[in-house]
Amino acid sequence: MGKQTTHYLKIGLILISLLALGACRSSGEMEEPSEEPAPSQSATNSGASSSPATPRQTPEQIAIANALRTTVFYFDFDVSEFRPADRDTLTYHARDLASNPNKRIRLEGHADERGTREYNLALGERRANGVMNFLIVNGASRSQIETVSYGEERPERTGSSDSAYQANRRVEVVSR
Amino acid sequence: MNMKARVLALIFLLFSSNALAELNIQITQGVDNPIQIAVVPFAWEGTGVLSEDIAQVVANDLQQVGEFLPLSRANMLSVPKQESEVYFRDWRILNQDYLLVGKINRSPGSQLVQVQYEFFDVRRELKLSGEILTGSVTQLRDIAHEISNVVYEQVAGIPGAFTTEIIYVVAEFISPELTNFRLEKSDYDGYRAQVLLETREPIMSPSWSPDGTQVAYVSFETDLPRIYIQTIATGQRRQITNFPNINSSPVWSPDGTKLAMVLSKDGSPDIYVKDLITNEPPVRITNHPAIETEPSWSPDGRSIVFMSDRTGQPQIYQIELGANSYGVERLTYDCFYCAKGKFLPDGVNLVHVRRETRQSRTYSIAILNIETLRVLTLTNTSLDESPSLAPNGSMIIYATKYNGRGVLDAVSIDGRVKFRLPSSQGDVREPSWSPFFN
Repeated sequence: MGKQTTHYLKIGLILISLLALGACRSSGEMEEPSEEPAPSQSATNSGASSSPATPRQTPEQIAIANALRTTVFYFDFDVSEFRPADRDTLTYHARDLASNPNKRIRLEGHADERGTREYNLALGERRANGVMNFLIVNGASRSQIETVSYGEERPERTGSSDSAYQANRRVEVVSR
Repeated sequence: MNMKARVLALIFLLFSSNALAELNIQITQGVDNPIQIAVVPFAWEGTGVLSEDIAQVVANDLQQVGEFLPLSRANMLSVPKQESEVYFRDWRILNQDYLLVGKINRSPGSQLVQVQYEFFDVRRELKLSGEILTGSVTQLRDIAHEISNVVYEQVAGIPGAFTTEIIYVVAEFISPELTNFRLEKSDYDGYRAQVLLETREPIMSPSWSPDGTQVAYVSFETDLPRIYIQTIATGQRRQITNFPNINSSPVWSPDGTKLAMVLSKDGSPDIYVKDLITNEPPVRITNHPAIETEPSWSPDGRSIVFMSDRTGQPQIYQIELGANSYGVERLTYDCFYCAKGKFLPDGVNLVHVRRETRQSRTYSIAILNIETLRVLTLTNTSLDESPSLAPNGSMIIYATKYNGRGVLDAVSIDGRVKFRLPSSQGDVREPSWSPFFN
């Protein structure tokens, strides 16, 4: 086996293990592909394979790129805290903000349709605030982050199925 | 009631059910001792065709409020239009308690109609009321609802709410990038809808002013939730709040001078009250790091009912205005999730949205009597929200889902009769019932 082949093999193995750790995806749907919400905001699938433009990116650079491409974070029912699996991805976001002081983002919080609308508006805000606080603790500055909640008013997916609800319980990171 | 009468009553109930299907009225439990009323088709003494069947509108009104059982037309033995033509025996045989007859006249070339109605107590063979109402040919539904009010008040002893209106939000999905939102107003029964506002961003929480001339609501037209007040007659609107983060849940005080609202500018959503007369900044009412939202006013305007999740899940609380924050009283205990509480005019019964247990994923409309602690569940659908009371406390309108679509249902206060409002395209939600109009 040539040196170059071994090199690419190593990269491939690293990528595969990153995938297995779930660090490339914003939520846990990797384990449950049948309930996967429509990946509207994240391009992590394409990010999982090596990017052809810069073939000699380090694994860390690849991980950062994947994390920053992940802009939707999903939440469990009746829960306001983001998923532990998203911790690493969010840390990358925080560090990215810390090293780019001019960068601004907006966190948009959402809820699924169950329960009352006004409480869901408040829940969306609580979720967005939770993400914001984590980013600040990990290096982002308060002035870089704006938060807004849309409650259940802007669903990612319509309908009353569990998968629709799952897709709607989310915080989206929007560049400003 | 003797056996024969019972059988007759049952047969009439079955006949009525056929008519009900077209009207989207469901008898959820049946009325134990319904008030039986014969609403005879009004005689039309003019030329041309009337656009509305006044007697049918009256019969629907009385049925929808839950206490009356209108006689099916197929069973009427005669069709009198005025007192001189009434044979009470015809109606006693059919076990009717009350009788309403009428006739409609229109002078040639005129846009005005005269509607004469007469209302009788069948058993006492007594005329209870009657008059001639005049209106234009476009006001036939208004005239019918006025007649329903008279009948209702004669029998129930409280004013009818049939001439009141509702406002609600409609969301119409056009494409994944575009949903049209509308704030609409209609008769209490969903007819004659008019658009008050149309935007491309969400509208939430419409609320009528107590004098019926204005509506407050939340609009996301600036991409952020902000409170607006709009004058219904002119369409003029003004923005009331521009605080950071959540500005939501505007609710007028009973005397119309203040607006309760929810603001999260000071760290977490809390209840604030803004004096609309002095226009000073909103005063903070609750002060707790949990979510406090969904304010409503007690009938005497002295306290505010609200929802808080300070114990982990939404429960309903009450705070007396002017009291310190220790004056918060918890109202709900035996539900997993209780929200959107509002007192009936009696100040004792609390309408709210309820999810019974953690395992249950059903949200229903219920009434809690805060003195006896009895709970009456009014609905059996599972995604019910936004209950709003008729100003006389006789009916509750609420939002629910049917075949995946948002619709408005109304239920009588005893939970026995439910009807579905006809509605425009799209998802309909967040109804708010008007006050009485003067």
